[in-house]
Amino acid sequence: MRWQAARLVDRRVETSTAQTLVLEVPGWPAHLPGQHVDIRLTAPDGYQAARSYSLAAPADGDRIEVTVQRVPEGEVSPFLVDGYREGDPVEVRGPIGGWFVWRTQQTDPVLLVAGGSGVVPLMAMIRARRAAGNRTPFRLIYSVRTPADVFYAEELRRRVRDDAGLDVAYVYTREAPDGWRGEPHRLGLADVNNHGWPPALEPSVYVCGPTGFVEAVSDLLVGLGHPARRVRTERFGPTG
Amino acid sequence: MTPGFQGRPRSGAPDLPPGQYLTPDFPVLSAGPTPRVPRDQWEFVISTETGTQHRWSWDEMMALPQETPTVDIHCVTRWSKLGTTWRGVSLDTLLDGVDSAADYALAHCYGGYTTNLPLDDLRDGQAWLVHTFDGADLPAEHGGPARLLVPHLYFWKSAKWARGINLTVEDTPGFWETAGYHDYGDPWREQRYQGD
Repeated sequence: MRWQAARLVDRRVETSTAQTLVLEVPGWPAHLPGQHVDIRLTAPDGYQAARSYSLAAPADGDRIEVTVQRVPEGEVSPFLVDGYREGDPVEVRGPIGGWFVWRTQQTDPVLLVAGGSGVVPLMAMIRARRAAGNRTPFRLIYSVRTPADVFYAEELRRRVRDDAGLDVAYVYTREAPDGWRGEPHRLGLADVNNHGWPPALEPSVYVCGPTGFVEAVSDLLVGLGHPARRVRTERFGPTG
Repeated sequence: MTPGFQGRPRSGAPDLPPGQYLTPDFPVLSAGPTPRVPRDQWEFVISTETGTQHRWSWDEMMALPQETPTVDIHCVTRWSKLGTTWRGVSLDTLLDGVDSAADYALAHCYGGYTTNLPLDDLRDGQAWLVHTFDGADLPAEHGGPARLLVPHLYFWKSAKWARGINLTVEDTPGFWETAGYHDYGDPWREQRYQGD
């Protein structure tokens, strides 16, 4: 798989720490929602650093989108969020990954569980569903610290209104918005019971987020009776 | 070149495989929920191409000669961790007395994960079945009770929750290999994905 020249053509602010980068990659092939790309930066002295980022949306011709959260002390993400300018080149390779993907031909209900920036590949699934005119029942449970940390907030509101069969439930861990029922808490059994699908409906489940979050949620799901083989996970970030 | 990008200060950086960066943490990457396997239900089975099975219970495995390898590990997602110390049984010990003409091994795991390797890569002091990391029982999220350790290949080949190895005459791609990752996975040749 070759590195391909790409350049930044647009960026959108998602939160105070995250931005969506729109890259133009001439000759980009199609990709599946859930797949990722590697992005490589080259310094003047020839030093290179590459990282993987989930694709946030279906391709628009040669244009792809990734949403990058600034990782404190990171080497690549602070540059992509704060220093990378429109028109400037990077290299990308992909699409990569054939497991954590949703295909529009799937007909089983889908449960998406996101922790923080783990929503990115799940949003690609929601957007691909819309783009394909697919009516598969989708539920997203999205755990964030505060309302200001929600990625794609405006679009998610619109999609819930316009995309029949899509539900989104938020779980706030630090600070809930006015009018939200309940106290801030970590996602637990009641949230999965109230907003997920019961195992009897045999949903496909996709869980993405920091390692501790994914461990906890996937254990909950298996405990509720979801077969482990139907629970696909993507973990990121360090553990002890 | 990407204007403005400098990278980290790099004086005294250790000799890492291309494209890798150092981490002091131990990230967890797996495709699904973490299997939890009690030791009294654990077993490890090597099956040959003729169907002969060699079987170890937890106690039998622990009674074999133990080694304490200290090795560098390299994940395909680009983190490397240097000087990790493990404890376990050399695959040489497990393969001793296994009569086979197979060239390939397919490791299989509790939870259903599989990964393939040439059998030669499990021999000659290159691979272990490990149950201890940094002096403590290997945690389930890192593959406990026991995982493979094949440090000269990308870490997805060091299968977590190891349950056994099938020795085969034909190469059979495993879980990540059929999902687009390289068949062999040499970090020093940067064999990350199919076609690398």
